[in-house]
Formats: sequence, structure tokens, C-alpha cells
Amino acid sequence: MPSRTGSHSPAGFGKSLPERGLLLLMVLVFLEGSVLPLGAASSPDTSHQTNLGDHQGTHTGPNSTKKPFPVLAVEYDRVQIPFEISLWVLLASLMKLGFHLIPRLSSIVPESCLLIVVGLLVGGLIKLAGEEVPPVLDSRLFFLCLLPPIILDAGYFLPIRPFMENLGTILMFAVVGTLWNAFFIGGVLYGVAQIQPANPSDLHQLELLPCLLFGSIISAVDPVAVLAVFEEIHINELLHILVFGESLLNDAVTVVLYHLFEEYAGVGTVTLLDGVLGVISFFVVALGGVLVGAIYGILAAFTSRFTSHTRVIEPLFVFVYSYMAYLSAEIFHLSGIMALIACGAVMRPYVEANISHKSHTTIKYFLKMWSSVSETLIFIFLGVATVDGPHAWNWTFVTVTVILCLVARVIGVVGLTYVINKFRIVKLTTKDQFIIAYGGLRGAIAFSLGFLLNQDHFPMRKMFLTAIITVIFFTVFVQGMTIKPLVELLAVKKKQEAKRSINEEIHTQFLDHLLTGIEDICGHYGHHHWKDKLNRFNKKYVKKCLIAGERSKEPQLIAFYHKMEMKQAIELVESGGGVKLPSAMPSTVSMQNIQPKKPPPAKPVERVLPQLPKGREEEIRKILRSNLQRTRQRLRSYNRHTLVADPYEDGFSDLLIKKQRMVELEKKIKEMSNYLTVPAAPPDSPTMCRARLASGRDTDFKPAQQQKGNKKCSDPQAYSMKPVSDSVPTIQVDLASPQSPDSVNLLDEFRHAGQQQPEVEDQGLMMKPPSGPSGPNKPREADEARDQQKLMRCLSDPGPSADEDEDEPFLP
Amino acid sequence: MRTNYRWISDVSSCCCLCFFSVSPEQIKNLHKRFQQLSDNEETISRENLEKIPALANNPIRKQIIDAFFDKRNQHQNEVGAFQEIGFEQFLMVMSHFRPPTLKTTEEEREAMRKEKLRFLFNMHDTDNDGTITLEEYRKVVEELLSKSGAIGLEAAKAIADAAMLEVASTNVPHMAPDDFYEGITFEHFEQILKGLEMESRMHIRFLDVDTMTMRCGKSKS
Repeated sequence: MPSRTGSHSPAGFGKSLPERGLLLLMVLVFLEGSVLPLGAASSPDTSHQTNLGDHQGTHTGPNSTKKPFPVLAVEYDRVQIPFEISLWVLLASLMKLGFHLIPRLSSIVPESCLLIVVGLLVGGLIKLAGEEVPPVLDSRLFFLCLLPPIILDAGYFLPIRPFMENLGTILMFAVVGTLWNAFFIGGVLYGVAQIQPANPSDLHQLELLPCLLFGSIISAVDPVAVLAVFEEIHINELLHILVFGESLLNDAVTVVLYHLFEEYAGVGTVTLLDGVLGVISFFVVALGGVLVGAIYGILAAFTSRFTSHTRVIEPLFVFVYSYMAYLSAEIFHLSGIMALIACGAVMRPYVEANISHKSHTTIKYFLKMWSSVSETLIFIFLGVATVDGPHAWNWTFVTVTVILCLVARVIGVVGLTYVINKFRIVKLTTKDQFIIAYGGLRGAIAFSLGFLLNQDHFPMRKMFLTAIITVIFFTVFVQGMTIKPLVELLAVKKKQEAKRSINEEIHTQFLDHLLTGIEDICGHYGHHHWKDKLNRFNKKYVKKCLIAGERSKEPQLIAFYHKMEMKQAIELVESGGGVKLPSAMPSTVSMQNIQPKKPPPAKPVERVLPQLPKGREEEIRKILRSNLQRTRQRLRSYNRHTLVADPYEDGFSDLLIKKQRMVELEKKIKEMSNYLTVPAAPPDSPTMCRARLASGRDTDFKPAQQQKGNKKCSDPQAYSMKPVSDSVPTIQVDLASPQSPDSVNLLDEFRHAGQQQPEVEDQGLMMKPPSGPSGPNKPREADEARDQQKLMRCLSDPGPSADEDEDEPFLP
Repeated sequence: MRTNYRWISDVSSCCCLCFFSVSPEQIKNLHKRFQQLSDNEETISRENLEKIPALANNPIRKQIIDAFFDKRNQHQNEVGAFQEIGFEQFLMVMSHFRPPTLKTTEEEREAMRKEKLRFLFNMHDTDNDGTITLEEYRKVVEELLSKSGAIGLEAAKAIADAAMLEVASTNVPHMAPDDFYEGITFEHFEQILKGLEMESRMHIRFLDVDTMTMRCGKSKS
């Protein structure tokens, strides 16, 4: 391994100056991280002793001279553990940060490899300093602290649809595949150990059961390693879910095999009865884990139904219930991983419907943060543990293990695919099989399980650990680094990055119903039929219990639509609140392009609009715009128990109001133009209109009208959401007709906002409609603007802001 | 037309495939079902299909049944609707739901995708003018949400509008404010559903039959 580190680190150092500086900084950080604890490890003795001495001194002789009060005392050991934990986490995070600052490096070498190298370096430094390496990858720490966040993240964001669609294949790989791997590797290893070479080695002491135990430890594909590598190669959804799903679900098999063989390794024999019990135990462990997870998931969903008044702790429920599920499953030696997966997957749809958008974001970020820190720590610790670990290198054993792992995986995948393809409709191609076989990475779970072995029962523990580490390193380094080029070489289909569009959602739903319908017509009750039944049951009973309020009745499509609308609103708010529809679609197409509508009035509309100097218009626009934006930026007094402000949600309602207003406006313009310009309706009568649009081919008279329209379309009346136009499309009309509902709407909006926040309502008394018409339009408009500004003043923080300065000149 | 051509070209090779494929049983099964639905008549009518109890809860029941009686789905270049369909036509509609196999080449996949998309497109394009207009699209979404009561109907229009807007803006990114997007053409339809992998998704397990044998069944009947 050291040679490998040597080959990698120059790649990292041969970078530009700032990057090199950063790396140096990082090295310093490790040094600090590793040396400080050492210093601490030695210093506590002295400081402690002196402290003790002090105490004794004061106690034995109350009359003795009083020591001066210690102004500065050093007491490191009091904080040692949390301090060191923080240091490790800091190191991990800085490392992660560092890798992403070096652009080329992260595209060549997967992060996991680099992190292991860092771990090796840190371990080496600690060792060089002559200190004992802390047992970082302790099994308790690993299974209770490091693993759950990663699995929860995976479970909560598990793509349910592809997972369920491929469940059979995944289970086949996870259960049968892992069993085959375990027995094949264990059996052949035992056989190899029994071969009598010329010189007797300690391999001969190896019995069958320890071999099988070793096989079951080494055969499980590791979710952490798979995630780390597969996230970087962006493989298509099917392959990703197959490999990843396998790595998650094989936990039950591993747990059972591990306990079974560990139990009987001491006894030495396994009877048939034990085998049968093992099979039963497998079902208990797997299904029990799922059941525990599902129960906690439902509990979490049910709890989230009532959190609408205490939004701050909403995310916590998700984490705590999941962790409880994991721990509860571990109490009974059930599969904790499966419990977590089930818990996350079960609670997600209901929790998401119940919690606020912000809480959802919080959950997402927390999960991602925890899981990525955990993952980083795991790989670093793997490196450190490698330096530390008691090794017993046995060439034969290690080589045979590595080769067997590869061979067993390939045979297993090819053999199982042969069977599975008979039942699958979307068959797995040879390429797919290759990637599945090649993606079978081993990782830290195997190491931790090996670490757990009892030295007394398994005298070969050291050799096992060494072999496990070698296999892990082999898979993570060799396979992990070559899989990306291979994927490109084989032109395996990649994941599409595009977001789901509303059309796709509509057609997904449509297809579901269509296929269910066709199945019903065929009289064949396939999985669409059952899925439909399940969906209906879910809608009818479960959702009602677990989701609060109206949203329980919301069909999926509408929920999707709302979510999309929300997302766009947020984008809009973040981008500064222009009234531009879907910013995801940078185009000039707007509602009016698709809406069956009549051509714009033939007569010019200029006469309706008062002539307004361009500059003046611009100013007013500015005032209005800044005020409109300010509604969202308003701050409320800080309160620990409520969120400071919900700019997104405010912004959302804001946007909805705006949108609504635009629709109204559009209607009004239509009416107005109708009234103003087309006294005789016939050409625009709805029936004519529809006939023309529905058939879309009678182009004989349309072009003429459209051309006419085109000529006139540049006037402001042709109200559109062109991105070039300014963000407040209502202004022209405001000026044109001061009594129009729009000018009132602005104030309505503030009133509305005021009602939303009762704590500012008393100040909101300032809100009142302009005190009667005062002469011509322009002063009135300014009046209104000032009024609103006053309002804004009392609502917003008193601090000076750039916008306010900008507004200053317009104040009377 | 294309399909017809392929069908003719396949006839020579299809008979030999029939022998070692499982399809005869499946076609037999389908035939049994057909007779069950038609009360042992030669043909099936709308009423027969409407009587299927499991379909009652399907929000797009009407469209599904319409699709069976749509002449466009028979690849005969005919337009209009049948009053009754025979087993042959029944199979032809069903053949849209066959999955691709390992042996399917890329071109065949592409053709299959087009065919499946065309089937969906025809379901939406009720007046057969080559475009899905906003009206038609709204209708589709309304039907889709028809089981969810009043909220559904309200939202349907907004959703259809948003979807239409999306189609328009992905396909014709720059429109003058006065241009009119008349509706989704088949090309645009293909474009927006590119991500759905229709060829492997729109299938039914029951019809795990080779394309050829499906036509064999047709040629025999």
C-alpha cells in the first residue's frame, strides 16, 4: 500500500500554487489532528498529577499557605474525547473540500481511494510519532454511529419505483448471490487450505467453519463503497438500483450467516437442523427488520401529522424514529440496515406531504451532510486501521481470496442472470452483467465484522483481517478506479440528468392506468393490477390516517404539479422575483402562445394609455419593484421556537397572488379590448374562434389576422411575460386606470401579508389605502408608493439598505 | 404501411419461429379470454368491454376502450372506429404492449418505441388531425384526474396548461408573443417523452411473445 500512496500523492502535489498551499494546509491539519492528541495523551499525566497534588495539599493541610488562584489552567483530558472527535470530523470535511478543489484529481481517482490514502497517511504519521493508533474503526462506533446515517440517506431517498419494479432481481442477487458467494469462497478456501504443499504451513489448521465464516464476511457487497463509486459514474438507473439494492438487502443474509457460523465455529459441527434453523432465522431477521422499520416509519408519519405548529422539530422526528428503528432491530439481532431502509421508504411519502417545505430541505441537507461525513470518516478510518491493524500476511491465503472473490462474483452474476432473464421482461445484457459483477465492491462493513471476531475462537483472525483489507483495497482501488473508464468504453447507458417534466409525470400516470386497464381486459392479474389495488388502498385508508388535512386527498399528479409550481416559485424568488413564468424554461413562450385566443384588437390602444415620459415610468417601476420585493425580505423578530421567516413560503404565496393578478389582468385586457375595439363581435365569437383553433388548418383567414396582430403586438397592451420586459407588468394599467383593482391589489397584498404574521399586525395599522384621489395620476401614484414605503419601513428592519437609498430621491 | 411491409417480409421466417416459442399457448389464452368477453361470439363490442368489472375503477376506461375500436391502431392506414372487432384486431391492439427482447436490434427498438408512442398519441388525438390540441390535452388530464373529485377537475386545467406550455417551450423555444402553438405534433410528442423509455416500459407480462409469432397468430386466424 505505501507504494500506492507514493504514486498518488505527487499527483496531488503537482498542481497549481494555491492548491498546493491548500494541500499543505491540510497536511498541517492532520499533523495537528494527530499530534495534538498525542501531546494530550502524554500531557494529561503530568497536569493531572499536579492537580492531584494540589488537591492533596489543600486537603491535608488546611492551614498551609494558600496558593494563588490559577488564572489559566490546562485541563485537556476533560474535553479530550469530543475534541478528538471534532478534529476527526474536521479533518474528514477538509479532505472532502480539498478534493473537490482539485479539479482533475477528482475526475480520475474516486474520492474513496483518496480518502483511504489520507487515512493511511494519518495512520502512518501517528505511528511515526511513536504513539498508539486509536482504534478508530471500532465495530461499535462503526455500526452505531457511522453506518446509520449513510443507510438512512440511502433508504429515505431510495427510488421506490425502480426498486420495486426490480425487486425480484435484486432479491435474487442479494440472497442467492450472496449465499453462493459465501459458500463458494468458503468451500474453495477450505479446499485450498487442505492441499498439502511440500512445506507445512499454518493454513492447515484452518477448519471448514471459520472458512465459511470468512466467506460470508467477504462475500457481501458493501453499500458504502458501492454508493461512493456509483455516485461518481452516473450509471443508468436500472444498473444502479440493481447493484445498490443488492448491497442493501444482502445485509440480512450476512447477519444470519455471520451469527450462524460464529455460533457453531466453537462447537465445530453443524447439523441439518441447524441449517433449517438458519433458514428460518434468515426470514425472521429479514422480515423482522422490515417490520420493525415499517412500524417506526408509520409512527414517524403519524407523528408528522401533528407537527404543523412546531415546525422546528419536524426534521428531528425523521432522524430519531429512524435511528430508533435501527437500534430496535439491532437489539434483536435483526437486520438493522433493512429496518432503516424500510423505515425511510415507508415514512417518506407521508412525511413529505405533512412537513413544511423548509423542513423537507432541512431533512435533505442533514441527511446528505451526515452521510457524506460518515462516508468520509469511514474511508479515512479504513486507512488508519490498515496501518494499525495486527497483520498476518499469508500470500497464498490473500491471493486465493482475491481471485476467488472475483471468480465467485462473475459466476454468480452470470449464472443468476441466466435464470433471472427468463423471467425479466427488460433483459439484462452482457454489458449489464459485467457492470453488476464489476460493481461488487467490498467495504468497511466486512472489515468491521472481521474486527468483531473473537481472537480466542478464531486464531486466524489476523490473517482474516489482512485478507479482508486486501480485498477491500483491491475492489475499491482497482475496480473503483477502472469502472469509470470501463463504463465509458462499453458505452453503458448513463443516467439522464434532466428533471422530471410535467408531461412525463402525466404520461407515467397515464401509462399506469393504461397498463392496468389492458391487464384487466386480458383478464390477467399481473403486477400492475396489484399495484393499482395497493394504490387504491393507500389512498383510501392509509393516507387519511397519516396525512393531515386536504393533502391526503390530493392525487399524485396534482401533488407533483404543486411541487413543481413551488419549485418554480422558489427559483423565481431566489432569482429576484421577476414575473417570468417557469424559469426552468428560458424561452419566450408564454401562456398566451398556447391559449386559444383571438388576435389583438385591430385598433391601436395607445389612446387608452396616458402618455408618460419614459424616464418617469422607469422610476415608478423601480419603486414598485423594490416594494414588491421587500415584502419577502422583511425580517421578523428572532424567536427560538419558530423559524425566523419563511421567505420561500411567503414568496410562494406572493407569487401565487401575482400570478392570480396576472390572470385577472389578462381577462380584463381581453374584456377591455373587446369592448373598446370590437363593437361587433362576430369574428371573435367563441364559436368561430374555436373552430379556427381546433382545426388549425384553415389558414386561409388566419394569417391575415395574425399579421394584423403582429403589427400591433409591440404595444404594452399585448401583455406578455417576456423576460426583457420589466418585472411589473401591471404598471401600465395602474396608470391608465387608477381605480383599477390592480392598484388596490398591491395594498391587498400587504394586508394579506400582515394577516399572515400576527406579531406585526399592530404595526400594520399604518396600512391604509391612499387618502382619496389627489389630483392627477402621477402624484397619486407617488403617494401610494410612499405609503407603501412607510409601510415597509415599519415592517422591515430599521437597518439602512441599498434599496432604501435608491428610493430616497422619490420621496417628497 | 411500414408495418405491413415488415409483416410480409417476416411471414417467411415466422412460421419456423412459431414452433419453439411459447406463444401458441399465450395466443390460446388470449383467445379464450376473447371468447369469454364476447360470450362466444366472433366479435367483441364496446358493451362487452365496458362490462369488465375491474375496469370500472379505471379513470381512463373510456380511452382504453376507444383505443381497441380505433382503426388507426390496426396499421391499415384507415381512420375511424369499428363498431365491433374480431380477434385479429384485438390481437393487433394487444401487440402494442409487447416488450423488447434481447435480440431486438436498435432499429427495431426505435420502431417499437415509435409504434407505442403512436398508440398513445392516437389515444390523445381524438379527432385525428395530427396534433394534440390544448383542448384535447385538457381532456386527457381531466380524465386522468376524474376519480379524484372536484380538486381534480380544478387542477386538471392548470396542469394541462402547464404541460402544454412546457411542450411549447421545449420544442419552439422562441415564439413571438403573438404566435400560436397549435398543438403537440407527433414529433414533439416523441421529444417530450424521450426520457420515459417507452419501449421497455409500455408492456404487459402476459404478452411476452415474439413480435413475429404475434403476427403468426394473425396469419393463422
